[in-house]
Amino acid sequence: MTRFFDKTELALLAGMPLLIAMLFVLPQWVLNYVQVSLGTGLVALGVMIQMRAGLVSFGQGLYFCVGGYSAGLAGRMFNISDIFLLVLIGVLVSLVISFTLGFLLRRYRDIFFAMLTLAVSMILFGILTSTEELGSTDGFNLPAPTYLGWLPEGEMARNALYIATVIPVLTIAMLLNRYLRSPVGFVNEAIRENELRVEYLGSSAHQSIHITYMMAAAVSSIGGVLWALSIGHVDPEMTNWTTSGHFVFISILSGTGNVIAPLLGTFFLEILRVFAVDLSPNTWQAILGTVMLLTIVFLPKGMWSLFARKKRQTRDGDDLPQNIAGE
Amino acid sequence: MLTTVAITVDGLGFAAWLFLSSVGLTLIYGVMRILNIAHGGFYAVGAYASAWAIGLYTQTGNTIALTYLIIPAAALIAGVISGLLIERGVLRFMYGRDEVLMVLVTYAIFLILEDVTKLIWGTESYISYQPAYFLGTIDVFGIPYTVYKFMIVAVALVVGLTLFLVLNKTRTGKLLLVVIEDREISTALGINVTLFFTVTFVVGATLGALGGAITAPEISVQPGISAEIIVMAFAVIVIGGMGSIGGAMIGALIVGLARAASVHIYPPAELFSIYLVMAAILAVKPYGLFALSQGRKI
Repeated sequence: MTRFFDKTELALLAGMPLLIAMLFVLPQWVLNYVQVSLGTGLVALGVMIQMRAGLVSFGQGLYFCVGGYSAGLAGRMFNISDIFLLVLIGVLVSLVISFTLGFLLRRYRDIFFAMLTLAVSMILFGILTSTEELGSTDGFNLPAPTYLGWLPEGEMARNALYIATVIPVLTIAMLLNRYLRSPVGFVNEAIRENELRVEYLGSSAHQSIHITYMMAAAVSSIGGVLWALSIGHVDPEMTNWTTSGHFVFISILSGTGNVIAPLLGTFFLEILRVFAVDLSPNTWQAILGTVMLLTIVFLPKGMWSLFARKKRQTRDGDDLPQNIAGE
Repeated sequence: MLTTVAITVDGLGFAAWLFLSSVGLTLIYGVMRILNIAHGGFYAVGAYASAWAIGLYTQTGNTIALTYLIIPAAALIAGVISGLLIERGVLRFMYGRDEVLMVLVTYAIFLILEDVTKLIWGTESYISYQPAYFLGTIDVFGIPYTVYKFMIVAVALVVGLTLFLVLNKTRTGKLLLVVIEDREISTALGINVTLFFTVTFVVGATLGALGGAITAPEISVQPGISAEIIVMAFAVIVIGGMGSIGGAMIGALIVGLARAASVHIYPPAELFSIYLVMAAILAVKPYGLFALSQGRKI
């Protein structure tokens, strides 16, 4: 453990040039899905780091939407189209909101946390759907992004945005990996196991959860900005609870074992959806539901546990059962 | 004055509808500790079954009066079938798992149920207004209201009262309270806990279906109603304290009045007024108005 990068980070580092090289290999429609799912994958990552603390957010769409809308509004009202500024604005807005809400939400655990996050995201949904100025349920379009004053055109614009999505998403995944191995990251896992003991040991569970909540919010809002820029459009569906449910679904499916898992999971799901919707449009959700049930029953730690099983056995203390018997 | 009357009567109407749609949710949570997202699915199944049956029946040209029997019958059939299938087919294998995990399980069931209703009834909307207007309207301080609205209020009261009496005054109800108190001891005492669970779930599902069935004549039944109702039902039972039937009634009243007030005073606030009220109440009473106190686990 003296190396600067661990395996996950090395994989992410290697993934960066690899994904960019895909520009010259993969057809455009696959690239679009890669790009879009990197955006939503970040939100799933946000859900996943909270899940580490045993908190299931059924309202992560809130920050997905906050990111998208603040980028959109900055473009509409102040004519800002610089991608770096847009991301920064999205992060700042979501940090302010999550800092404030954190004081309320950090008091709750389990299903109460799930329902309260859901309620908060539905408040925004209610506000956005009834605001005519923001396009109500239709939302509005975003301008094409610029890069420090450079406005690429045509194919160049697509490629630039693709690269501008790949690099930050993978970098953030690396940072989050660091975070999960940091003291606060480990406190989160301890909170999931037994919160009271964490407090007896002198750590503040409230504080760790507040930090994690804000972190997840910031990450999700970046996902929202990048997603909105690649789609070119935002609408209130982004913060509807069914969207948030989708993010929870991805985290369950891919598991909380590794930061790469939600990113991969999002992409596979996106591709699967393309084919499933093509085959029979009205059974897509049923397929999702069935897969989710099967995952919960047979792979309680998600798809990632398929890869990580061997390693787990050799490292003691890492694989405590989630629900220790006894009350 | 007129607005006050309108808010009160509309609020009561909303409250009755919300109570019928959410009481099953709180009942299932109280007994089984399952926060059942699929409840929205039961509501939708009930609404579709009732709208579809009313549509078929009115085509025959017979008297509309009989539809008042069709509505509860549709709810009963839809609720019992879907409730039994889900409890026996999926949930019983999951008992004893973490509460949060059960939310995810029921979310998966919700997704499946959503598509099943689409496969059965298609994606077009069903409109079955006949029962809502058959009984005509009455004026309250000069504002006409359908008699049907007051019928829903009456049904909600009857359902609430019945549940209260069954739980507190009958042998079965008392046994159920014992099961809620301690699952293991009840089993040791010879109470058939599995049967209680199944029956509770089916009753809860049927109540959800009844909420949908009775509302069907007032709305256009279409995909998406299940997602809408479940978040409102959550708000209702969280405000009242999860697992409390009286709490659901109070929660429904609060949410109903809040929604009616915003509809009449500032319509754009309609959707988020509900959650604003909920957040405000939870900021003061973190686990709802009538929540049972819980000890911390060490």
